[in-house]
Amino acid sequence: MKLHEPQADVVPVADTEVDVGRRSALKLSGLAIAFLWAGTSGTVNAAINARRQPGDAAAAAADGNPPFAPNAFIRIEADGSVRLVMPNVEMGQGIYTGACMMLAEELGVGMDQIKVEHAPPNEELYSMPLLGGQITGGSTSTRGHWEVLREAGAVARTMLVTAAAERWHVDPSTCTVARGTVSHPGSKRTLGYGALAKAAGALPMPGKVALKDPKDFTLIGKPLRRIDSVDKVKGVTQFGIDVRVPGMKIATVKACPTFGGRLVGINDKRTRAIPGVIAVLQLDGAVAVVGEHFWAAKQGLDALDIEWDLGDNATLSTAKLREALADKSIGGTPIVAREVGKKPTDGKLVEAVYQLPMLAHATMEPLNTTVWVTAEKCEIWVGTQVPTRCVAAAARITGLPEQKIVLHNQYLGGGFGRRLESDSVEQAVHLAKQVRYPIKVIWTREEDIRHDIVRPMYHDRISALLDSHGRPVWYGDRITGGTVLGRWAPEAMGKNGLDDDTVECAAQVPYDIPNLKVEWVRHDMPDGLIVGWWRGVGPTHNLFVVESFMDELAHTAGKDPLEYRRALLQKNPRSLALLNLAAEKIGWSSNALSARVGRGIALGEPFGSRVCLIVEAEVTPQGEVLLRRAVAALDCGIAINTSSVEAQVQGGLLFGLSAALYSGITIKHGAIEQSNFHDYRSLRINETPLVELHRIESVEPPGGLGEVGTAIAAPALANAIFAATGVRLRSLPVDRAALVQNSDALKRVIADSPAGGELDPRA
Amino acid sequence: MYVLNVNGERRSVDVPADMPLLWVLRDIVGLTGTKFGCGVAQCGACTVHLDGRAVRSCVLPISAIGDKPVTTIEAVGKSASGQKVQQAWLDIDVVQCGYCQSGQIMSAAALLARTSNPSDAEIDAAMSGNICRCGTYVRIRAAIKQAAGGKAEVLQTIAPTGSAGAP
Repeated sequence: MKLHEPQADVVPVADTEVDVGRRSALKLSGLAIAFLWAGTSGTVNAAINARRQPGDAAAAAADGNPPFAPNAFIRIEADGSVRLVMPNVEMGQGIYTGACMMLAEELGVGMDQIKVEHAPPNEELYSMPLLGGQITGGSTSTRGHWEVLREAGAVARTMLVTAAAERWHVDPSTCTVARGTVSHPGSKRTLGYGALAKAAGALPMPGKVALKDPKDFTLIGKPLRRIDSVDKVKGVTQFGIDVRVPGMKIATVKACPTFGGRLVGINDKRTRAIPGVIAVLQLDGAVAVVGEHFWAAKQGLDALDIEWDLGDNATLSTAKLREALADKSIGGTPIVAREVGKKPTDGKLVEAVYQLPMLAHATMEPLNTTVWVTAEKCEIWVGTQVPTRCVAAAARITGLPEQKIVLHNQYLGGGFGRRLESDSVEQAVHLAKQVRYPIKVIWTREEDIRHDIVRPMYHDRISALLDSHGRPVWYGDRITGGTVLGRWAPEAMGKNGLDDDTVECAAQVPYDIPNLKVEWVRHDMPDGLIVGWWRGVGPTHNLFVVESFMDELAHTAGKDPLEYRRALLQKNPRSLALLNLAAEKIGWSSNALSARVGRGIALGEPFGSRVCLIVEAEVTPQGEVLLRRAVAALDCGIAINTSSVEAQVQGGLLFGLSAALYSGITIKHGAIEQSNFHDYRSLRINETPLVELHRIESVEPPGGLGEVGTAIAAPALANAIFAATGVRLRSLPVDRAALVQNSDALKRVIADSPAGGELDPRA
Repeated sequence: MYVLNVNGERRSVDVPADMPLLWVLRDIVGLTGTKFGCGVAQCGACTVHLDGRAVRSCVLPISAIGDKPVTTIEAVGKSASGQKVQQAWLDIDVVQCGYCQSGQIMSAAALLARTSNPSDAEIDAAMSGNICRCGTYVRIRAAIKQAAGGKAEVLQTIAPTGSAGAP
């Protein structure tokens, strides 16, 4: 993959001393930082551009050859219709609406006047500047496109105005635009964009174009309805799984349950007797059944007798993985991510070990790919965060040149990082190669969870020295875990071997701590156990550890967790303002709470945004956790769509709370034990708290949002549970057994249950 | 051969008796608005109306349906409760990825058809079988209340409260 060439003002800094000021100036963090800080040079810069590129003519020609296509994002037809091509993919985060708002704001069209298109795979035209590839992830979309999409709209508007002014023989500066029409108020003449499209298309690209002053924004900053809502509410949006191609058959697949295991052989006698079964296909480590419909394929798969070679991981268990990880944390060689000052010789030492589990993504839309391979070409229909990676993989598998791989991206029924991987697409191409008709390969939910590419497990040893006032004079964090980046984009790893994502939000904390050392010990999982990106990436892991530990420090110092943080934020007014706002809104100091009810604070600066969350939770005597309230304060810089901002924080929080309460992938006999929503639980509406968001307005460039809520959720919950029970949770998911008040409480729940055990009407 | 009464049309389908309605709708009839999420009635993405009641079509064999009318997301807007729910979903902009929303809307429409003004507990009981991984539950609850009461629910809690201090 091509990596971004650092901008002139981005100076890679020494790996041991990250320039925090420059980082915050860039408003970057997480995945993007991991890429940018790789400090590559000499690679081709594939960043998107607001003006026509060499590849634009062919792209526009393939996209209906509109008379006006000034860049890769805007197509205007002679009838005035406007199509906008979306460089990122829509997986719920609302980026199609946000990108349209940025383009339309400068183009001078209404949101009701546009249609959107999924971008085709094309690195030259649609590469995310912050990731150096056509990738949607790392909460980069708004940050990376904030300038260029507005500029793209302004370029188009400038050309349309120029075309009108030439026709009218007037000064372009005397013309105005609104709702797809250029007007010359002096002579009361108007022309629609459609009538100007051909003439504008013949003009040269303008030089510098003027962007609106933010005070003149008519779209940006407003709470607007998503452009994809209407179709989604009517059930007519086409997700990848909804694709129907003439002649298509449906397949479902089962891979060897153990990591890296192989298929030895099958007996398909019973399968072939099932009506509707068409074929049984074998791969190295998997078997698939093709049917006239999914049910035939699924029945056929269930009827197969399969012999697996369970391979080297056949005895693998979570306990063994944990043990090896803990050993490495002590015996391994750390890479220093950041070191400031020296560890003082005196002070009160506080130490803790935190452990985080592997996690599956469980997107609502199970993984699926539709593929049609012929001698001439390979056509793919899939919702993916990495379209060009899928094309490259398909070319490798089919032996066809990349130009012969046609990928049609689709709406994604959730991504959360799972669709940053191309494994399911590769598998589908391998299967499609064996047949002459198009096949849609659908993973069952069981397959989706058992063959997730999981978030890594972590083992973190964190410590601090407190002075006589209880303030930390030193903080140390040794993070041990696997690397996603090292597999996914090894060229983006630091020169010293550091995966910057693993220390994000641990190497830089909002607090004033004079001395610190943050280091990472790489511990790869056994071959076959692949780890991947999961919503919130590094910050989701580190904020749980750091913000839980901050609470431990406050408790050790005998201080209120709010006051303790306040004292350490005196040099960080933006984050202090958030802490104060959240505390005020929840009534931190005024409202008395009943027994076993507690509030927990977490504060963080992930993805170029700043957030403070306070969760109020009740823990029943039996150890059940009831979420009562979540109050978030947010500073995300300029907000594009304030309704989407709220939705992303609400949804992201619930995603993080869901994982903290319920989620953990465990391994037994070399295979993932969980398989569906009954044993890989997800938060439901009856468990959902009130969620309030309070936003501080800012004129800073936009921060990321898709992962902010997720990253800050778990520590606020764990701190609330501590406040309610006095039990410090140093591992996730929440261990209810540890929260039981006493043994009588468990007896009481049985005595209190309704006689007759009435059945749940929801079942 | 079964004759399915779906969205007011009669459709003959030649499928096995144990084939779940979900796959008949998606792969035979071609109505893809009803979604596959789990296959075991855990997530509710496949919810449709059978004789007006919300059911999980992923575990409902075609042979168990008989001549009872089936309504899917594609036609729920023709009923009063379905129309109100879809409009409230738009007014409050509930959807994110949208994949579970067909099922959410079907469950909500069935709830409102029999309970015109549901309490929070009734909303919980009717909707807790529908999982949304994007976490749109806060807006789902508000939208159901809005659809029921016809009164705009103040959902937009984003409240600018001053300017950020200098960094």
